[in-house]
Amino acid sequence: MRERRIASVPRPVLALLGLALATQFIFSAWQPRPSARAEDLPYPPSSAVLRVLSLGDPIPLAQGMTLYLQAFDNQPGISIPFASLDYGRVQAWLEQILELDPRGQYPLLMASQLYAQVPIEDKQRQMLEFVSRQFSADPNRRWPWLAHAAIMARHRLHDLPLALRFATALSAQATGPEVPHWARQMHIFFHEDMGEYETARMLLGGLLASGTVTDPHEMRFLFERLDQLKAAEKSSSMSKR
Amino acid sequence: MLRTLNKTLTIASFTLLEAVRTRLPLVMAVVLALLFLGSVFVQHVAVTETARMQTGFLAGTTRIAAVFVLSLHVVSSMSREFNDKGVELLLSLDLPRAAYYLGKFVGFAGIAVAIAMLTSAVVALPSPGPGVALWGISLALELVLMAALALFSAITFAQVMPAISFATAFYLLARSMTAIRLMAGSQLLSPEDWLSRLIARSVALLSLLLPDLSRFTLTSWLLDDGGGVAQVGAAALQCLIYSSLLVLAGMFDLYRKNL
Repeated sequence: MRERRIASVPRPVLALLGLALATQFIFSAWQPRPSARAEDLPYPPSSAVLRVLSLGDPIPLAQGMTLYLQAFDNQPGISIPFASLDYGRVQAWLEQILELDPRGQYPLLMASQLYAQVPIEDKQRQMLEFVSRQFSADPNRRWPWLAHAAIMARHRLHDLPLALRFATALSAQATGPEVPHWARQMHIFFHEDMGEYETARMLLGGLLASGTVTDPHEMRFLFERLDQLKAAEKSSSMSKR
Repeated sequence: MLRTLNKTLTIASFTLLEAVRTRLPLVMAVVLALLFLGSVFVQHVAVTETARMQTGFLAGTTRIAAVFVLSLHVVSSMSREFNDKGVELLLSLDLPRAAYYLGKFVGFAGIAVAIAMLTSAVVALPSPGPGVALWGISLALELVLMAALALFSAITFAQVMPAISFATAFYLLARSMTAIRLMAGSQLLSPEDWLSRLIARSVALLSLLLPDLSRFTLTSWLLDDGGGVAQVGAAALQCLIYSSLLVLAGMFDLYRKNL
């Protein structure tokens, strides 16, 4: 069915339509810009409620929640972006998102790369511990985030025991073929950094003896490190005497 | 002029009468009763803040239900009128199309206000505070705007399925526009990336065209701060502007139709 020409519309209707459209644009532009405030982030709904809301398909809900949480970032009005957030709430959101979509890596990336980067040590530690706890649920898939946490603990927090704990957990639990050797060897070098040469030497020797390292370049590098450790251990024991 | 106004009011009164005869009040009462029972269940299973939980559940669900029932009624009523050739019959009389359209809108707006009053009365049962009045007025404004939208989509699409789909999508988008704008403007996205900039600007442009329904009928008015007259005033202004826009756009479509 063909429509009638625009000329068939009375002119007052056309004029008022244009006026109403212009008024709507002006009214919308005049409204204050939306801004996320740190205190606006509420606790997430409970797991049971989220299960109902997901209508049996939790992944889209998890992704929507991730984007919602991400919107509480560097918005106008927040001078210190993430530091002003209530990290208890942030952690609750991340936990719920991971529960809905356990294979998703996004929440762990946000925890280790965004929320752990604030200049507040307590909040950094809270996020690193969160990553460590979540790592245990799926070590072979989540090892990169714990490796990052270990490096952060070592170089940002200068907390070697914490870094060693993360690296040891990584070595013990992330045993899949997709986990690179450098990640699984990290704890050995943290032992060395802590002056525990004997432990480091034993771990490295055990690793080389186990035959898991097959790359000749890597083996040569590790043997050199083993020699260095032996030398360091010898000089350390001599200086103690 | 006066005769046209009388005809407009006659159409409006018949639109209201049709709502009564198609048992819309009964449908709405049953829906509200079921939601009230649902809220009692929520209050019963909640461990703490039981009254708050009940009010929050009731306010959130009745608001959506009112919008849905009203939109469905407007679209199905208009569709029936098209199918029964009632529109042709009316327009064959000495009646401008604008008067017919305005009459229908006034009638549906009246139904919207009645639904809002009924809904507010139910919501007032568990939370009879001062916020209910503002909440109810805001709901009435929201429903009037939705009546204008459903009427516009019914005239434009002339069939139930596309008209309801359009109205629903529009409502959801208008309710979530603020959150979408925040996501699109995130600093985590590369500001140098032309696609990110394009998306952020497109979303900003779209938000100029849509009413911000996330500022209407907030549950926090019932639970926390009781809402403000200024907020309801802004909602009233938005309702006036956007309903006028939709009514005029609907008239534009009706004038162009070959009946």
